[in-house]
Amino acid sequence: MIDLKSAIRDAKAKGEPGILSNAIPYARFNGIVLETGDDGLRCNMPYQPHLVGNPTVPSLHGGAIGALLESVIILHLLWETEPEAAPRTISMSFDFLRLARPVDTWARCIVERHGRRVVNARAEAWQDDRNKPITLARGNFLLP
Amino acid sequence: MAFPVPAFAPDIIRQITEAVPQLTALGATVLRVEHRRTALRLDWREDLVGDPWSGLLHGGVITTLLDSASGMASLSSAGAVMQIATLDLRIDYLRPARPREAVIAEAECYHMTRSIAFVRGHAYHEDGTEIATSTAAFMLQSSALPAGTKP
Repeated sequence: MIDLKSAIRDAKAKGEPGILSNAIPYARFNGIVLETGDDGLRCNMPYQPHLVGNPTVPSLHGGAIGALLESVIILHLLWETEPEAAPRTISMSFDFLRLARPVDTWARCIVERHGRRVVNARAEAWQDDRNKPITLARGNFLLP
Repeated sequence: MAFPVPAFAPDIIRQITEAVPQLTALGATVLRVEHRRTALRLDWREDLVGDPWSGLLHGGVITTLLDSASGMASLSSAGAVMQIATLDLRIDYLRPARPREAVIAEAECYHMTRSIAFVRGHAYHEDGTEIATSTAAFMLQSSALPAGTKP
């Protein structure tokens, strides 16, 4: 297995952020893909039946949305800073604003402060309407 | 703390949980369903790893386990089967989960109102090593509460 830094540089050289998310087993498991959208880096999680948390409603699992939001922050940091090792999650906090319907979901990351040891970041997930986020997240990450 | 609705249906909560597609995909199993307290178990798997260079589980796996265990604890407190939804969830990662070791997520509903369940959870290895703690609030579908219930 190539090291993290080489994986990031390979993805950048090919202009395909998806190569980086594809290197993360659990991102691959839930179909999370890092991509470049109109407004910068974001993650896409296309609908798949195994993402469902409540088959009666139906809705996506809060944990699947949580994984998407944590992933978009970590992938964003990897892409932007090319560290030797991945940042470690210290804490994550989620507000579930709207029902996560069984459709494609996107997420983006906003870095609030990039310190020497800790990064404070926010992330939001949305479905059809970019202006109506379904979940907001805030997280603190320890840098290697 | 007195809970007004002692009648709860552990078998139904177990069935509901075992039918959750994301949990089935993760290979999570129900360990316990007690009144107000529940636990799930997950075996380490290579495809659940978040950092392939260290073999650590993805935080999202822990999130899913704690969210589910907390939801089950809410249901087991409610005493009636109803729709619930996570309102908020906070997770503190105390230490990384050790590669190739099972994780147990346990939750306890410590307070309930007519519309909200408050739940604490934690994730740990079988030897008791703590991995993460969580606090969550769940919205309860209040119309499904039994008539005359005064939480």
